[in-house]
Formats: sequence, C-alpha cells, structure tokens
Amino acid sequence: MNAELKKKLTIEAAKIRQGVIVGTYNAKSGHPGGSLDIAEILSYLYFAEMNIDPKDPKKADRDRLVLSKGHAAPALYAALAERGFFPVEDLATLRKPDSYLQGHPNMNTVPGVDMSTGSLGQGFSAACGMALASKFQGNKFRVYTILGDGEIEEGQVWEAAMFAGDKKLSCLTAFVDYNGLQIDGTIGEVNSAEPIADKFKAFNWNVIEIDGADFDEIEKAVNKAKSETEKPTCIVAKTLKGKGVSYMEGSVGWHGKAPNAEEYKQAMDELAAELKEAEAM
Amino acid sequence: MADAVKTATRDAYGKALVELGGRNEKMVVLDADLAAATRTSKFKAAYPDRFVDCGIAEENMIGVAAGLATAGYTVFCSSFAMFAAGRAFEQVRNTLGYPHLNVNIGATHAGISVGEDGASHQCCEDIALMRTIPGMTIINPADDIEARLAVLAAPEIDGPVYMRFGRLAVPRVFDETYKFEVGKGSYLRQGTDVTIVATGLLVERALQAADILSDEGVSAAVINMATIKPLDKEILLDAAKKTGAIVTAEEHNVIGGLGGAVAECLSETYPVPVLRVGVEDRFGKSGPALELLDIFGLNAQNIVEKAKKAIDLKK
Repeated sequence: MNAELKKKLTIEAAKIRQGVIVGTYNAKSGHPGGSLDIAEILSYLYFAEMNIDPKDPKKADRDRLVLSKGHAAPALYAALAERGFFPVEDLATLRKPDSYLQGHPNMNTVPGVDMSTGSLGQGFSAACGMALASKFQGNKFRVYTILGDGEIEEGQVWEAAMFAGDKKLSCLTAFVDYNGLQIDGTIGEVNSAEPIADKFKAFNWNVIEIDGADFDEIEKAVNKAKSETEKPTCIVAKTLKGKGVSYMEGSVGWHGKAPNAEEYKQAMDELAAELKEAEAM
Repeated sequence: MADAVKTATRDAYGKALVELGGRNEKMVVLDADLAAATRTSKFKAAYPDRFVDCGIAEENMIGVAAGLATAGYTVFCSSFAMFAAGRAFEQVRNTLGYPHLNVNIGATHAGISVGEDGASHQCCEDIALMRTIPGMTIINPADDIEARLAVLAAPEIDGPVYMRFGRLAVPRVFDETYKFEVGKGSYLRQGTDVTIVATGLLVERALQAADILSDEGVSAAVINMATIKPLDKEILLDAAKKTGAIVTAEEHNVIGGLGGAVAECLSETYPVPVLRVGVEDRFGKSGPALELLDIFGLNAQNIVEKAKKAIDLKK
C-alpha cells in the first residue's frame, strides 16, 4: 500500500475511534471495546475498497457491508459519518429515543446501513443472501460481513458458513474480529470456537489469517478474496479489543460499558494524539 | 358453492408459485430440504436456476431470504410451520420483521391435520407467534382457490407475509369467481343469532355447522377470516352488533390465534360472548388427520355446541 493511502486510512481509523467514544460517552451505554478494534477494517473497506456512493446509499450495484456483530454499531456509524453518509455531529445522538442512530444498526433509518443487525449470527445469513443475489447477477457486487469471535458460537453462523461454502459464494468476504474476548471472559474461558481458521476451511472457505490492524495485510487479504472464483473468503483478523484507548485495551470489562467524564477526556486525549501522529505520517 | 373437489392448500401453493414465476423473472424460491412436501418442488422443476435448497437450516434460510429481498428479489421461502414460524421465530422477528422486508413465507403442514407425524410436527402455535411481530401479514386460506389467490397477492403486500397451508386435502369452499382481498373478512352466510368466524380448513366445517344450526332453527352467520393480521375489525364489529354472539374456529391453539385476535378486538370495541373452537392448549398426537380433527374437536359438532353456548351467554 502506498504511503499516502496508508496515511489517509490511519487518519480515518483514528476518527472512527473518536466517533465510537463520542457516541458511547453521550449515550452513557454501548459497546466501545469491540467497536474500537474494527476501526482499521472499516477504514479500509469504506475509504479504500467498497464501491459505494454516500449520495446514493441504495444504488443497486453497490458493494454491501453487513455488520453481523451489530453491537459494534458505534464504529459503523462513525465510518459512515466520516464517509459522508450523514453528519458527524449526529454521532453524539447515539442511542437516544429520537435519534436514527439506534443501539444496533437499522437499515431503514441509517443511510449506508445495508442490513439491520444486532441478534448475533443473523447478519451473516443475510450477507449470504446478498451474495447469492450478486451471484445471480454474475457477481456484480461484493459483500462484506464482520463477525465477532464470540458471535461464531451461534449455531446459525455455521448454517450460514455451510451454505456459503456449498453455494460457492465467492463474492462474499467474512471478517472474524478475533479479539479473544467476550462478555463472560476470554473465548477460551467461555465456550471456545477455536480453531477458527480450521473450522472455516472445513466448511469450504478460503481462509486468511492477518493482523487486523495492519492495512497492508488487510489490503492483501481483501485482494486475495477478490481473486477467488469458487470459495467465499474468511479473514480471521487478530485484533486488540479496546484498541486505541489504553485502559480499554485487552479488557473484558469494556465490552459493554461507556466511559465516564474523566475516562472520556483521557480517551479523547489519547485518540487526539493518535490522530495527530497519523496526520504527521 | 362448488362441487366436492378436495385439494390440499399446499398443492395450490406449489402451483401458484410456478404461475407467479412465469411472470416474474426476479422471483426466487428457497426451501429447507422439504421441497417435495411443501410443493416448492413444482417451482424447482419449472425454474431450477431460481430455486435454492438451503438444506436443513431454517434459521439461515430466513436470513438468506432477507438478503435476497434487500437486493430487489421477490422471495418465497418454505418449510413446515413448526420450523418456519417456530424454530426460526427470532430470525423472522429480527431479520424480516424489524427491517420490514418483503419476504413471503409459505409455511405448510400447519396444525393437527399433519396427521401421523404427531405432536413434534403439528404446529398449533404459529399464528400466535407471527401475530406478535409488528408489520407481519398472516394469511390462512380455506381452500385451494383462496390459497392460489393469496400467493398471487403476497408479493404486492408491503413487508413480510406468513402464509399458512395444510397437508390434508380439503373440500373446496369457493368457486372460480371468488375475489380475495388481503385484510378483508367476508360473509359466506348471513345470520341473526350467532356469527361463526372461521379460518383455514375450519371454514368449510363452519358452513356445515351453520347448516346443522339452521335445521335446529338457529340462524348462524359465517365469516371467512383468511387474513388474521391485519384483522378486519369492521366486519367483526358488524357481526357483533348484528348477532351479539361469536364463535371462532381454527386449527390452532385457542390461545393467541384467530380466537385470541377476535376476543381482543371485540372486548375493546363491542363486548359480546366470544367462544373459541380450536386446540385446547394441548399438544397433538399421531393418527389419521380426519380422525384427529374430530378428537381435537375441530369439527362442525363442536362449533354447533359452542354456538349454542354463545347464544345462551347473551344477556
């Protein structure tokens, strides 16, 4: 990846993280941990990869993204706002009764949201349906979906994985946000889905394991997925839950909790420094 | 009234899918390894490229249907009522209902008349489950004529549609001139003493009951309520005012189905006695379908008894 693009994507990732903190702080609830750690993936998809148009959010041949781990909505909203689908200021209305930015994504109220999600496992199946629609049209568009590593404990995920493998939905790329943590503890302590890569391989997927914060690796993996003509691709992305906010990093406790005023200030200071560093790249 | 033709509504469903598929190239049919039984196999034979078997994975099938619908496809998906509405309830609620997607669910093998397969497959809860989902349309046709018309109408309905079909061949109630309108009940018989509001295969039995009552000097009206949601409140109000007593009849638990819907509606608008004929909050069992319908009281005799009780309850 060239330096200019990498700089742009790094800046956008920092802005997405700021949006996550602004949203969850103002909402006094939400899921910052698993939102912060997908900032690079969303930055790459929305600012370097996907065929989308903020002025025409429903255009028929657009690429789709289904946030199957819908609780990471604050990150998706931040990415969409930064990309121009709606005003960035609106991120502060997250989870308010009169806001269109509901706690989990709603495709009918938020421009740019391709599927309403939130109940784990269900977005993945919908992404399979979109990929099937694309296949009917000669793989006219690509479909991306992001799953949590806790989410894949849902049985429906493996129904969907079997379906996509069997139907050869090569236009489908699924990211697994492999941060190793879920609400009740580490995935190993709760009900481990490991080995994740081997499972998807066994379901007839092309599987690529990457560092989910490394833009070069994300780009390479997405390009490899696009060259596939038979299999769907699963990108198992190793991530750091809470990334970018020191006291949230690697912490189970920040799965579903909002920062207080003091924590908010510290988080915003840290992310301002991250943004400044990115701008100096 | 037509002759004694007997056809299962699932057969009419399969045929109507082929009819629709011929005029809509963006129509896709999904099934979950039950194509022969649900009769989607007819569509599969006619349009193999637009039929997708999702295997024994109903939850995923509902999601796939949703994804196709977002891309502008006309989608029908099928399984037995037990699995389409039961197992996949939350998928229907969250991935079809909440986003209000235009997906048509063709649920077959509803109710006790599944027969020998027994309780595990005799779904008498599906109407109750589907009714609680905002924006869901529920249609339970009485015969093959109405089933066909419901299928043809479904793609034009805004939001998800749950259509309930049976396995058992049932007598024809309507003739070819019948006009079906979504959301509208219709009087099949006028009466002054009591109104029987029936749905599905109980419609024909309600007409039998009205004949028996007539022989005994009781004037019973009969309403066919194919659409259970949105419920035709106007016709219910009219019936309550005219006859002052209501009996509902359905092949479903008396809790939460047509009987529940009618009682809820009239208790808030024009309270009159509402007695329910249905499965009395119990599980089904194996046996020949026609015998089971009698065992569970889903017959004309029971409707007659309930009608008399409803009349007695009038002030």
